[in-house]
Amino acid sequence: MSIEEKVIEIIVEQLDVTREECVPEAAFIEDLGADSLDLVELIMAMEENFGIEISDEELQKIRTIQDAINYIKKKKGLAA
Amino acid sequence: MNLEGKVALVTGGSRGIGRAVSVRLAAAGAFVAVNYARNEEAARETLRLIGEAGGEGEALRFDVADPGAASGAIADLIRRKGRIDILVNNAGESRDGLLVRMKEQDWDRVIDTNLKGAFHCCRAVAYAMMKQRGGRIINVSSVVALAGNAGQSNYSASKAGLIGLTKSLARELAPRGICVNAVAPGLIDTDMTSALTEEQREKVLGEIPLSRLGTPDDVAGVVLFLASDEAGYITGQVIGVNGGLYM
Repeated sequence: MSIEEKVIEIIVEQLDVTREECVPEAAFIEDLGADSLDLVELIMAMEENFGIEISDEELQKIRTIQDAINYIKKKKGLAA
Repeated sequence: MNLEGKVALVTGGSRGIGRAVSVRLAAAGAFVAVNYARNEEAARETLRLIGEAGGEGEALRFDVADPGAASGAIADLIRRKGRIDILVNNAGESRDGLLVRMKEQDWDRVIDTNLKGAFHCCRAVAYAMMKQRGGRIINVSSVVALAGNAGQSNYSASKAGLIGLTKSLARELAPRGICVNAVAPGLIDTDMTSALTEEQREKVLGEIPLSRLGTPDDVAGVVLFLASDEAGYITGQVIGVNGGLYM
């Protein structure tokens, strides 16, 4: 499973949204209806799944699904 | 009150209020992890009482003040049992003395165990409870958090801190159906209060409208209620269990 697929799978599960809603430019709060607790859960699920640590500072910059995918790729040493 | 299928962690569960709480929760059907820091024999006695009450549990050794030990042991408990439903932050110690002569380490140790220990344990269960969409956290505060007590500036500050923690966390976790409350026991007959002189005891009894010391079970009954499904509309509250000593 690619990083993109895995990220979307996590989002679908955590935010209770459909795959169709998970377009790259979808913003977690504005488009997918996440609240602050949802975001924390989402980030923790990604940390767990990808074995990475996301700092609160970096977290501020992750607004959309594409942001999350780019960030994880960068963290894993893959080109974004 | 039925807690069948639920997993509970009671810190400082080997003696006093923590023992009574552990036995009550287990008797109601919860699997209870009885945390203790040092006294293994006392923890085993709590487990024996749990068995006698027809309940199930295990002893879990770690110092709540040690962040690594607490998070490691709690993560392992959640992994093994697959869930965590109830956390009772009861571990506490007192190092009394007038502030004017209080040693730095006596202040720090009491804050580290009573307040920071609760933070460590709350943090270790919060994510799992959020994912479960439910849970109960009960912090054991004290009447002295509300009324103050000469000679207990460190202890009362730690217990008042627990009330702030309780109310903030109640707000943070409410959207996930997790209730966070505190109980504030008055003078309860335990090892911790056995140091009182006969004279001190008489004096304080005169101030308690119900004119007796509380028992650990008086407190455990309230904790059991707060841990139950019946208390699902109570969060961010401080319930006094003090015989009327403080109103």
